[in-house]
Amino acid sequence: MTRRAFLPVLVVVGALACVPLVVHSDVVLNFLVTALLLTLAGQGWNLLGGYGGQYSFGHAAFFGTGAYATAILQTRYGLNAWPAFTFGIAAGAGVGAAIGALTFPSGLRGSYFALVTLAFAEVLRILASVAPVTGAGVGILVKLDPGIHALQFSSRAASYWFILSLVAAALVVNRLIEGSRFGAWLVAVREGEAAAQALGVDPTRVKLTAMTASAALTAAAGCFYVQYFLFIDAPIAYGPWISVEALLASIIGGVGTVFGPLLGALMVKTLGEAAKLVTGDAPGLDLMLYGIVLIVVVWIAPRGVAGIGERCRAWFARGSLGAGDTAA
Amino acid sequence: MQLSILFPAVVNGILNGALYALIAFGLTLVYGVLHIINFAHGTLLTAALFAAFFLYRSLGLDPYVALLLLTPAFFLIGYALQRFVIGPVSRGSDSNILLVTLGLAVIIENGLLFAFRGDTRTVDLPYSFAVVPFAGLFISVPRLVGFAGAVVVALLLWLLLTLTDTGKAIRAVAKEKLGAQLSGIDVAHIYALTFGLGTACVAVAACLLIPTYYVNPHVGNAFVLIAFTTVVLGGMGSILGALIGGLFVGLVESVCGLYLGESLGQIGIFTMFILVLLLRPSGLLGARA
Repeated sequence: MTRRAFLPVLVVVGALACVPLVVHSDVVLNFLVTALLLTLAGQGWNLLGGYGGQYSFGHAAFFGTGAYATAILQTRYGLNAWPAFTFGIAAGAGVGAAIGALTFPSGLRGSYFALVTLAFAEVLRILASVAPVTGAGVGILVKLDPGIHALQFSSRAASYWFILSLVAAALVVNRLIEGSRFGAWLVAVREGEAAAQALGVDPTRVKLTAMTASAALTAAAGCFYVQYFLFIDAPIAYGPWISVEALLASIIGGVGTVFGPLLGALMVKTLGEAAKLVTGDAPGLDLMLYGIVLIVVVWIAPRGVAGIGERCRAWFARGSLGAGDTAA
Repeated sequence: MQLSILFPAVVNGILNGALYALIAFGLTLVYGVLHIINFAHGTLLTAALFAAFFLYRSLGLDPYVALLLLTPAFFLIGYALQRFVIGPVSRGSDSNILLVTLGLAVIIENGLLFAFRGDTRTVDLPYSFAVVPFAGLFISVPRLVGFAGAVVVALLLWLLLTLTDTGKAIRAVAKEKLGAQLSGIDVAHIYALTFGLGTACVAVAACLLIPTYYVNPHVGNAFVLIAFTTVVLGGMGSILGALIGGLFVGLVESVCGLYLGESLGQIGIFTMFILVLLLRPSGLLGARA
């Protein structure tokens, strides 16, 4: 893995980091923060779904666990926000490892895996909506206490830089995994589990590791949600919306690519905002558009927007070499 | 004392379970033939419930009469969805089918939310609360009709699959797609036909459900995992399995609800679902796929 492989990450993160220096509008920054939040959740999904080929429909289980752990540790046990945030990520990773340990050894994959992850998220949602520790139906409010010590930022720009640093870390992790032996195993498992096993790869262990890391990233998004909005309840934490959006961002952006979730999240959020601008605040319309885009992407660009970019690059490269364009 | 509480719960659970079975028939049929999990199944149920609701509200059409109209209509909708959307878009890839049906579910649910808002609606029929006495209990008439409906639909589906040429073709495609194609069966047509049948089952379920139930854009979600549980329990692709699975799921929900409280009743279902998937993915009755 050469240092050059990290150049695109550095350029993109550097460019994004400059945005608050130019744009001062709270509305725009808020939009970007929510898009980056979704990016982080999507990066988690992409690690397991994109590279590993295990399509989860229940990443809300990790998002929600991270969010609740952060909120509960602060409000009920008086823990400082920084360790609470860290424990939140660990709790999400733990839930990921537990679900993985239950499902992968029994050979659940494809639609069955999607179904069982969905069921786990639903069980957690129902439990969270009745258990006293999660505030049952009322939810949890985190006390407003702006300042770096409580991980609450008074300016939107600071929040933006914080979530951007998390996204940047996830981008680096993704890049490292792509170039590592583990990444090659993961892709091998996606492309053919039996073949990978025949070559000495342990598919269950590879998938389990990927799921734990994937859950940790999505849980981090949940932790940030709590620190940013200072509120969490069962429909937000474990509701199907985050499972669907995390999946959408990766698929639309380009499944199994480093920048896919970022591209996808920006597109999905832009689309949602555009829909709201056109029709006013009509419930359902943004999600309806997401659904249409999802089908169109699966139909026309199975490798997502990043895939289109690659195809264009390949086309130009061929053109410049004068190799002709007989290939379809 | 114990028994006097338990018995009504058991009867109620079985009556509910019949409707779960009815919803699960479509899912299991589609899985058995196309080998796909249709994530849009629950939202198609929501759409059918809305259709039944508006037929009653605007035209005064009784849901049991609307059944005769909605069943063929939803058959056509299902046929068209598979033939013109799911089939061509997914190009036969499993993960694509998963995503396309998920996309359809998101579109239908939020389209309904956009059109009708989140309000919960009910129909007031003269027989909504009619009861008949049975073994010291009062049994709701619409629920009893629903039970009978589920049994009749199961019987009709079984007859269709075993006695008719179309049924034979469906079974042939389910068993060996390529072989069926080689013997002149139009696989794309059979796929769409099966999907249409599955969607028609949902319309029947909606018409039987609406007299005692409510409708809002999210109502189908509650049934999605229940229907999946039913199908997994009964063995993917088995009509009889779905019937027995449905009754069992209804029973478990009702008894769990009795002991754990209404909102936790569903936990019993999901736990059962996860356990069955982990321990015996081929279902309690199903043969290994």
